[in-house]
Amino acid sequence: MGQVFDWSDGVFSELKQRDFATVCTVPDGGLTQLLKRVSDDPNMQLVTLSTEEEGMGVVTGQWLGGQRSLLAIQSSGVGNCINALGFPAIMRAPCPMLVTMRGVWGEFNPWQVQMGMATQQVLEAVGVKCFPVDQPEDVRETFVGAVDLALHGGFSTAVLISQRVIGAKGFGQD
Amino acid sequence: MTQASFSNRLQRRPFVAELLARRDGALIIPGLGSPTWDCFAAGDSPEYLYSWGGMGLAIPTALGLAMAQPDRRVVAITGDGEMMMGIGSLGVVADQAPDNLGILVLDNEHFGETGKQSGLTGNRTDLCRVAEGFGVEKTLFVTAEDQTDDLVNLLFHRPGPTFAVAKIALSEDPWKLPVKDGVAIARRFRIAVGVDQP
Repeated sequence: MGQVFDWSDGVFSELKQRDFATVCTVPDGGLTQLLKRVSDDPNMQLVTLSTEEEGMGVVTGQWLGGQRSLLAIQSSGVGNCINALGFPAIMRAPCPMLVTMRGVWGEFNPWQVQMGMATQQVLEAVGVKCFPVDQPEDVRETFVGAVDLALHGGFSTAVLISQRVIGAKGFGQD
Repeated sequence: MTQASFSNRLQRRPFVAELLARRDGALIIPGLGSPTWDCFAAGDSPEYLYSWGGMGLAIPTALGLAMAQPDRRVVAITGDGEMMMGIGSLGVVADQAPDNLGILVLDNEHFGETGKQSGLTGNRTDLCRVAEGFGVEKTLFVTAEDQTDDLVNLLFHRPGPTFAVAKIALSEDPWKLPVKDGVAIARRFRIAVGVDQP
């Protein structure tokens, strides 16, 4: 669990340095610490979504109003976003995403595998620039690179955090 | 009011034009397709974020904007098809509860852009009750022009989030298409909001 605290704190610190106002999410276990940091911060707002594609609207709306917003979701939710990803892209609205992977590494639940294995390919097919990371110590630096690319260039970018970093969910079986 | 007790007779183009003439500086997020054409037909403004795609995103976009610009009124104008596709977004709006957000659904009970196929709001579904169930409690069900004053007040003045359904006629309106360039639309909108330099 120490590793989870480490990368979450690093990512949160980088969000604060860049004055991010909101984080939009449909949660995942691997995002727990980061989402808690956001909801505990009086100067940030956590926006819980009913489905991930709403995040493309909220992130774009935030940018139209001069604020920065991050979408933090799990890989299965990427599949819900595909058409919606065209929305920030056509306006060149920065759309930074943090995706915790499921269904790839030691996955207990086979129902997660199809989308998990396809996540990067599907994102790249709709123009999202992907940055996979599989070591906890690389998360912060990778996040900075991906977020700054999005903010400076008006791109959609996704940091894909491997289950090697967050651990495979055990469903009480381990 | 039951679905069978009235007929959809509000004409969308003059109705939307009347609302926009009385928007009092509100930023407008029209949904893709007909609501975008309606706004452009009423007279171009940089304070309209025209949309040609991303079905379901008008309300989340308006929510994100309302949160970023708490001192500006923001109003989403969408159709029944987009509302149903993004129905969960009403739960997100209720959860965040921005007091500067209004939502109008132009409900002709059909997919007007794609061949006027029947939609999902013509028989049993009551969108105002749906919104109330989500917790967006200030609602108005509009079937006639004499409710326009109440609608203007709800959308542009009453503390939000507010939600209205206007039962409009299934009409054949002249094509009135704004610019398609998303970068240009977004840029002039951000300049109008004051977050980008001309």
